[in-house]
Amino acid sequence: MYKYDTYDQAMVDTRVEEFRDQVKRRLEGHLSEDHFKPLRLQNGLYLQLHAYMLRVAVPYGTLSSAQMRVLGDIADTYDRGYGHFTTRQNIQYNWIQLDQTPDLLAELAKVEMHAIQTSGNCIRNISSDQYAGAAADELVDPRPYAELLRQWSSFHPEFLVLPRKFKIAVIASETDRAAMKLHDIGIRIVKNAAGEIGAAFYVGGGMGRTPMIAPLIREFVPLDQLITYSEACLRVYNRYGRRDNKYKARIKILVHELGKDEYTRQVEEEFAHLLTQGIEPPLAELERIKAHFPDPAYEAGASDELDRSDPDFALWVDRNCAAHKQPGYMIATISLKPVGGIPGDASADQMRLMADLGLKYSFDELRVTHAQNIVLPHVRKADLYTVWQALEANGLGTPNLDAIDDIIACPGLDYCSLANARSIPVAQKLSARLAPRRAEIGELKLKISGCINACGHHHAGHIGILGVDRKGTENYQLLLGGCEGDDTSLGTITGPGFSEDGIVDAIETATQVYLVNKQGEERFIDTYRRVGMAPFKEAIYG
Amino acid sequence: MGDVQFRFREDEPVADPGVTVDVFGSQTNATAVRLEPGDDARDLLPYLDRLKLIEVNFPVFTDGRGFSSARVLREAGYTGELRAVGELPVDHLALLRRCGFDAFAPDPPVNPVDAENAFARFAEVYQPTTDGRAPIWAKRHG
Repeated sequence: MYKYDTYDQAMVDTRVEEFRDQVKRRLEGHLSEDHFKPLRLQNGLYLQLHAYMLRVAVPYGTLSSAQMRVLGDIADTYDRGYGHFTTRQNIQYNWIQLDQTPDLLAELAKVEMHAIQTSGNCIRNISSDQYAGAAADELVDPRPYAELLRQWSSFHPEFLVLPRKFKIAVIASETDRAAMKLHDIGIRIVKNAAGEIGAAFYVGGGMGRTPMIAPLIREFVPLDQLITYSEACLRVYNRYGRRDNKYKARIKILVHELGKDEYTRQVEEEFAHLLTQGIEPPLAELERIKAHFPDPAYEAGASDELDRSDPDFALWVDRNCAAHKQPGYMIATISLKPVGGIPGDASADQMRLMADLGLKYSFDELRVTHAQNIVLPHVRKADLYTVWQALEANGLGTPNLDAIDDIIACPGLDYCSLANARSIPVAQKLSARLAPRRAEIGELKLKISGCINACGHHHAGHIGILGVDRKGTENYQLLLGGCEGDDTSLGTITGPGFSEDGIVDAIETATQVYLVNKQGEERFIDTYRRVGMAPFKEAIYG
Repeated sequence: MGDVQFRFREDEPVADPGVTVDVFGSQTNATAVRLEPGDDARDLLPYLDRLKLIEVNFPVFTDGRGFSSARVLREAGYTGELRAVGELPVDHLALLRRCGFDAFAPDPPVNPVDAENAFARFAEVYQPTTDGRAPIWAKRHG
């Protein structure tokens, strides 16, 4: 994985000192809260309902075990012994003291981590495929391109006061595991007819109150123009994105209002101009970064055999492990969704255990997924049983990847000052109710947001839940038919909303409609697409 | 409007305040103009030779369009004074400078010691702009 050189380290260290100075000015009263707010947000610090929340960046979701260990230690020292992994592959701490934040950031900097631009109206942490470098279906490892973009977008002087937040995802596989088309910019690394590697740009996707799927605006940007093209996309947005209404300020609205063709025309015009400005790093820089992402030293001739005699282990392998490009290895997903638990939470001890497993059994690498789980990307099949036993003994062995109880949920009204309704208790009730039937129900992506901002990706859930405030009480709308990935689609609201218990009943009913109508190997989403909303609506409201 | 608090130029400051873009269009002898956030900096490109001062107004610090205006002007070859005016928090000064501003009239004025620290803080930069500083990637492959 990428290692900082002295330049990268100096940038992060300087940022810590800058923030220390900003906090000091704030505490001494020289900086008003209005002026401090955008500064602390660009260091990942939110003021929530009960305390400050700090969001730490995990660039493209990749962590070393030393980094994971420090995340665990920080949970003990600065929080209440746990952390919450997020849908942007980051981690959040919910009980942070403002005056301790500079020291916390300094500890992160020691292991090449930071909280830079994890919030605020700027380019956020760049997300990627959690199976990058390991997936059997990838063209190349997408992370070097994400790292190139990370450096370009960090402290970019023109793009730190954008109309609104800006999220970029980079993938390089046929299967989209990063919800790429639901980003402000989604980049797919592709090969053109001439056999050259380049980037396809999808611009103007997003969730929030006006969900949109990003249209393709350019099929092929050569690798030596990647930064220049990105800069053109951003400049058109910074100049013309709406600033009159924060709910219409994302780039998706600009692309929608101008039309894809006119937005593209403006980007191409800006791109032609910027090509004359010499802002593109040389390909040698991309090559330098690529050299940080070699294949691990796989054991030659590692056995492809797997002893499946323990049925619980076999179940976990079938559910949570994916094919690796290297024979004798598998990609293992650690579920942070125990039955009845809080989605995405891990205790300090669990983080340290995962760090140890990553070090011992996965070439010192771990990944955070946008579905709030952790991945050990390179596990020898011969070690898989040992790994599973350790996970199982520490509450981390739930065999439910992409199952109905692998729920994505935002922090909701338990923590978040923007939320209208609680997400966590609903997730816990659904998990407890439906986990016993996960084998029968199969793949079903259930996603819960506690407000219209859609941090819980409810639009992209096969089943989505949106918490709203209805005359002072929490109310939950039900959506069906959303999907991320290659066949991205947005969910449709079934009808009137439900109480907390009502939504759990309604979802159980929806799963029954699926099972009754299911043909062959159809997943929930396939059945829904075939039979449509009517039978679901009838059963739920009838 | 605030006074110029920081200036990184040797030439004599232009005393006249900038006229609006509308007025500028009809006053062929004006040498100073003021851009508001909604104005298109590219409208000025035909007149860069005769302009000595372009003020870019930041009525509120949360509107960042002026950052792009500055770069557009510098990238087009404008060498006169480029002055940021309006609500300029101390923590924006170095960013504005990187985008091409070489004079600053913050309103309200900022603490000069904080400003000095802010301008000097980052020894290195990741991106090339028109401020002439070599980006980190250029140093890596020097």
